[in-house]
Amino acid sequence: MSIQGKKVIQVLVKISEKIDENKAYLSELDAAIGDGDHGLNLNKGFKAVIEKIKEDDGSDIGGILKKAGMALVSNVGGASGPLYGTAFMKAAMSVNGKSEIDMSDFSKMLEDALEGIKMRGKGQANDKTMIDAIEPASNSIKHGIAQGLEAKEVLKLAKEAAYKGVEHTKEIIARKGRASYLGERSLGHQDAGATSSAIIIETIYEALN
Amino acid sequence: MKKIINDPNLVVEDMLRGMVAAHPKDIKKLDNADVLVRVDSPVEGKVALVSGGGSGHEPAHGGYVGKGMLDAAVAGAVFTSPTPDQVYEAIKAVDSGKGVLLVIKNYTGDIMNFEMAKDMAEMEEINVKTVVVNDDVAVENSTYTAGRRGIAGTVFIHKIAGAKAETGASLEGVTRVAEKVISNVRSMGMAISSCIVPAAGKPNFTLGETEMEIGMGIHGEPGTHREKLKTADEITEHLMNKILEDIQLSSGEEVAVMVNGLSSTPLMELYIVNKKVNEILEEKGIKIHRTFVGEFMTSLEMAGFSVTVLKLDSELKELLDAPANTPAFKVI
Repeated sequence: MSIQGKKVIQVLVKISEKIDENKAYLSELDAAIGDGDHGLNLNKGFKAVIEKIKEDDGSDIGGILKKAGMALVSNVGGASGPLYGTAFMKAAMSVNGKSEIDMSDFSKMLEDALEGIKMRGKGQANDKTMIDAIEPASNSIKHGIAQGLEAKEVLKLAKEAAYKGVEHTKEIIARKGRASYLGERSLGHQDAGATSSAIIIETIYEALN
Repeated sequence: MKKIINDPNLVVEDMLRGMVAAHPKDIKKLDNADVLVRVDSPVEGKVALVSGGGSGHEPAHGGYVGKGMLDAAVAGAVFTSPTPDQVYEAIKAVDSGKGVLLVIKNYTGDIMNFEMAKDMAEMEEINVKTVVVNDDVAVENSTYTAGRRGIAGTVFIHKIAGAKAETGASLEGVTRVAEKVISNVRSMGMAISSCIVPAAGKPNFTLGETEMEIGMGIHGEPGTHREKLKTADEITEHLMNKILEDIQLSSGEEVAVMVNGLSSTPLMELYIVNKKVNEILEEKGIKIHRTFVGEFMTSLEMAGFSVTVLKLDSELKELLDAPANTPAFKVI
């Protein structure tokens, strides 16, 4: 599978639409153990992303993702702004100057995005954060490519791994962010950040299908 | 919801304009950011102090911009950390070349956004250091949480590090003093009613008619427990016990005290609390060098209060007593 710059822009538009559709749901998840603004803030951020990239000619995928990251950082606020912003900027760096990318590029992008999130948030798996959705997805993609699976199948497995990770967040205690003040009272609740990450990965799968 | 506002989306902007209109000789707003700075910034030969955070805690932090305290305060949306570009604009506007100290309250979002701003400023070769305030003893300080929150004790960091900066001290010197204040300050709060974030339009939490939450955070984060409302003396004793368990104070030592109203608690009640704070410290032979009673770090319309105790040595005492002239905090 080869993905052109224009297609990357289309995928980002789809992500923005999907976040808009789910904004109330994401804020509701956040309200149970956080401060209840995740969906609204993220929606505001992706709207700003689309404003920044809609006129882009698609010749540099790194440039598109960098603009997206900057827009998220300066429009989302809270913790998810720097985290998603850093993720997109790290992903941008690994495909700088490329006008088309393939599955192994995408795998590297997601891996670098994950490393960026871990670095910025000083977090790791099982902290009940977006890492719990992205890390299994990233591992699943690497595994799928190594097995020689088709791109479509690789992305489908990644989406499933991400949602499995989201389910897992219900069973663990939050160790990062505002939810961590709740300690054991955070058990049973699904993490909003992991959910938005899984929605984004699912949208990438659907858009490239 | 009953609020005296024009539009939930404009509360921060409208408030900042109103603050500048009230204090035009002291503070101004940057054109390109929700940042209040000293009118005379950048102040030549002085390390600059920048703080900020989500709005809704007024007079924090814009009220502390002025001689002897902050050079800039960055105002995020209500209870939401400001973004890195806003903090970066503040740093650029106040740096005199002597460096900038960022005073950050310990919240996940604040730390990430301020650190990104620091990275951006360092790329422009501005020397930036950060300190993180975590004075709230209601949170267990473990590696399994985001750590203790920064609350009203932050005002003492602004005051004392601000005074140090006025002496012409280096960035390292100002940072060292700020860190000393952080290690010597403890606070704890309680609430009897919730706040309402304007954009949300409904209370963050609900408490029963005769219920209180001990250890409540300044955004309505959970505290240690809920119980039936008790007398001011009993509540104050509980908070003071928690604070004094956490900081070693022996007879003859000196402290500064802050009794902080969260917004909807009358000054009468804050003075009633202060009476008990005074009695407890006196009984232990601890000298109170200065007391501040009023609203310093509020939480929209929440009712409740926090108590802060700062352990002093001769250096901190001298800096606390140094002049400060800001819209919300004056030492003459």
